Amino acid sequence: MSEVTLARWQFGITTVYHYFFVPVTIAMSMLVAIMQTRWYRTGEDRYLRLTKFFGKLFLINFAMGVVTGIVQEFQFGMNWSEYSRFVGDIFGAPLALEALLAFFLESTFLGLWIFGWDKLPKKVHLATIWLASLGTLLSAVFILAANSFMQNPQGAIYNPLTDRAEMADFIAVLTNPVFLVTFPHVISAAYLTGGGFVLAVSGWHLARLNKPQRTQQENKDVSAYRWSAKFGAWVILIAGLVVLISGDFQGKVMYQVQPMKMAAAEALFHTEGGDGTMAEFSLITIGNLDGSQEVFAIKVPGVLGLLAKGDPYAKIPGINDLRDAYSRGELLDENNQLQQAYAEKLRTVGIDDWAPYVPVTYWTFRAMMTLGFIGIAIGAYALWVLRKGRLPKSGVAWSALMATALLAPLFGNSFGWIFTEVGRQPWIVAGVLPTASAVSPGVSAGEVLATMVLYTLIYGALAVVEVGLMLKYARAGLPAEVAPVEIKGEDDVLSFAY
Amino acid sequence: MLPLAVEPTTLQIVWFCLIAVLWTGFLVLEGFDYGVAMLIPFLGKSEKERRVIVNTVGPLWDGNEVWLLTAGGATFAAFPGWYATLFSGLYLPLFLILFGLIIRGVSFEYRAKHPDARWRTAFDWMACVGSFIVSLVFGVAFANFIIGLPVALAEGSNHLHVYTGGFWALFSPFALLGGVVLVVLFLFHGANFLALKTKGIVHERAEAFGAKIGLLAIVGGAIYLIWANVAYGFGVLGWVLTALAAAGLIASWLAVRAGRDGWAFVATTATIFVVAVWIFIRMWPNLGFDNAASALPLDRVTAASTELTLTIMTGAAVVFVPIVLAYQAWSIWVFRKRISTKNIPDEVVTVA
Repeated sequence: MSEVTLARWQFGITTVYHYFFVPVTIAMSMLVAIMQTRWYRTGEDRYLRLTKFFGKLFLINFAMGVVTGIVQEFQFGMNWSEYSRFVGDIFGAPLALEALLAFFLESTFLGLWIFGWDKLPKKVHLATIWLASLGTLLSAVFILAANSFMQNPQGAIYNPLTDRAEMADFIAVLTNPVFLVTFPHVISAAYLTGGGFVLAVSGWHLARLNKPQRTQQENKDVSAYRWSAKFGAWVILIAGLVVLISGDFQGKVMYQVQPMKMAAAEALFHTEGGDGTMAEFSLITIGNLDGSQEVFAIKVPGVLGLLAKGDPYAKIPGINDLRDAYSRGELLDENNQLQQAYAEKLRTVGIDDWAPYVPVTYWTFRAMMTLGFIGIAIGAYALWVLRKGRLPKSGVAWSALMATALLAPLFGNSFGWIFTEVGRQPWIVAGVLPTASAVSPGVSAGEVLATMVLYTLIYGALAVVEVGLMLKYARAGLPAEVAPVEIKGEDDVLSFAY
Repeated sequence: MLPLAVEPTTLQIVWFCLIAVLWTGFLVLEGFDYGVAMLIPFLGKSEKERRVIVNTVGPLWDGNEVWLLTAGGATFAAFPGWYATLFSGLYLPLFLILFGLIIRGVSFEYRAKHPDARWRTAFDWMACVGSFIVSLVFGVAFANFIIGLPVALAEGSNHLHVYTGGFWALFSPFALLGGVVLVVLFLFHGANFLALKTKGIVHERAEAFGAKIGLLAIVGGAIYLIWANVAYGFGVLGWVLTALAAAGLIASWLAVRAGRDGWAFVATTATIFVVAVWIFIRMWPNLGFDNAASALPLDRVTAASTELTLTIMTGAAVVFVPIVLAYQAWSIWVFRKRISTKNIPDEVVTVA
């Protein structure tokens, strides 16, 4: 395999792995903050126990997010040095701002939250988890702004003297339409996952506690888990609604700025719609092996036009026609200064195929949507099961359903990102820099392969540890909690220590 | 040759200095938690003693590590050419650093999560070895910045530089000494921090260890800095800084022997600061690269971002760096109390 292919695999593996921990961190930090706020307001013991319980699960997850995240920041320079040099003037700033505004905030205040139970006044301690949570959101702002530049490079110009993209308008970078629709989609998808997490763990315990005779302590546990299960389910439903709406907006922006990705998402080979006809939305399309042609398909007329443009009769360009248009040098966005300015240089570079690999783009798009819908459906069903004081029946079916409540949105996130990034190909910066031109010329394929194998081994081993701990602590359930006391004497035992 | 300005702009100078500040912050702050982590298996004889050691850095290490991430991010933003060539050039060393950071990063959180002796021993060694690898490789790397990493334009590119020295060339005697000296310096710095933050038996052991490793740091540091001044020096200022660094190490050693842990820690902090200043003065203007074989030099001008980007970044730094400093200082103050085995709860799993 070439260095480009290997570097892409390495980025894919490390990023997808990292992103198992990101949505849980983003959502759980705030869900735990809400639980602690409930405790602060009501003084009810169950909210404190829930805070401690889910807080611990959140931290097991957070540790992995931190260590796998460092790899991401270094990887741009290590594997993609020409990319880093070429777009650093625009792309570097959000990364630096992410570290300065977001990472400091979340790491420092999480440290204060974990160890500060007996050292800070209640109100200040509550503020620390909210600030850490704010840090995770800020982090998403900057990294999504950076990623959106790769999908739709606006706010930049090409400088032939330095042969690189240079910042022209920072506000335009931060108000990129791709960013504006991606941010709510990514954040709400994170909350869909976090809601699924809380529901899954709480729902599993509720079924376990659904028995004729319960001790007083068990009744207290049921009261806590009922609240958290319903809370998780409501988070799923609200987040799910935002996922759907923002996803619809994303489709329309994608049609505008990345028509090829839209066509590949639908395996639409020939242009459809326009002239009073309707473009068909593919329910299922089987293509030939290289993904250049359709073999069998079930389609619904009009839906694709609605998705892309809000008009069932809209004309949706197909992959083959877009490919032709790109190879003729057309189709770059005429309002995009960077694409226009770089077009001449691009002709000297050359591109093998102007379309992404269709089967991956097509199926990940469907996997994302299907898993998202499954997650939302489970949330709604769980609310129905829990209505009016009812408890779920324990059994394999309920356990599997609860596991799916977490795993469906979690993997839905992964597929969404694989779709977004594979669908961007063959570009690393859409319409400007081909991925193949972006790798580090000084790094050998062997080096990339060796480190990729080692990353995979370490990540695999850590996954075993992380999942093991997660299951152990999720099963252990709510701690028997007493409110923390402020330490007075020098030799008093700390209420929290590693 | 392209018409590029040779004189750096004010903002380029400002950002070089800011990146130096970020690296210095990283070396000072992570320096002590690397040192402390390396000492876990050696100064903690019982489980509670080891937990005392872990808990001195428990609330702080992650915030400290962000200094490294910010230094990396700021380099990317302000000098993309520097970031691109450095990170791709030091590919395998950086992988080792990432490996070390990963295994040490998970160990603090995970060691506490399972009360089993073998489990905890494994994570203690991961914290120790990970911190050792990271310190060693950074020591080697900074020594190479002092020597100057040879670069040339990549084939077919008029702008992208690649490192041409090869992997094994990074391990010159001077660079290897740099790696060892940084490990020793961090051990000394970490022992001082540990002495400052603990009471009882761990405190006594940290002081005793500091008195020993301090001597090694003085000798090793002296050889390293004299070598650096003779071979790669920049005149009187370099010697003055070296004298200050030596004074810092000796003062720290005397302080730790006198039981003045606070002053000992301040003195190693000052030493690391002064050495970092030495290194970054040496790295001006070529950013630690050797451009002898390069048609276009890779330096603070050719590697830099545009004035617009630097202006935006400056605005953000002016507002947020003081805020970050304020809350990190507050965090250190919150956890200022010394701890001993008496403060460690019996079973970690029963609480929080």
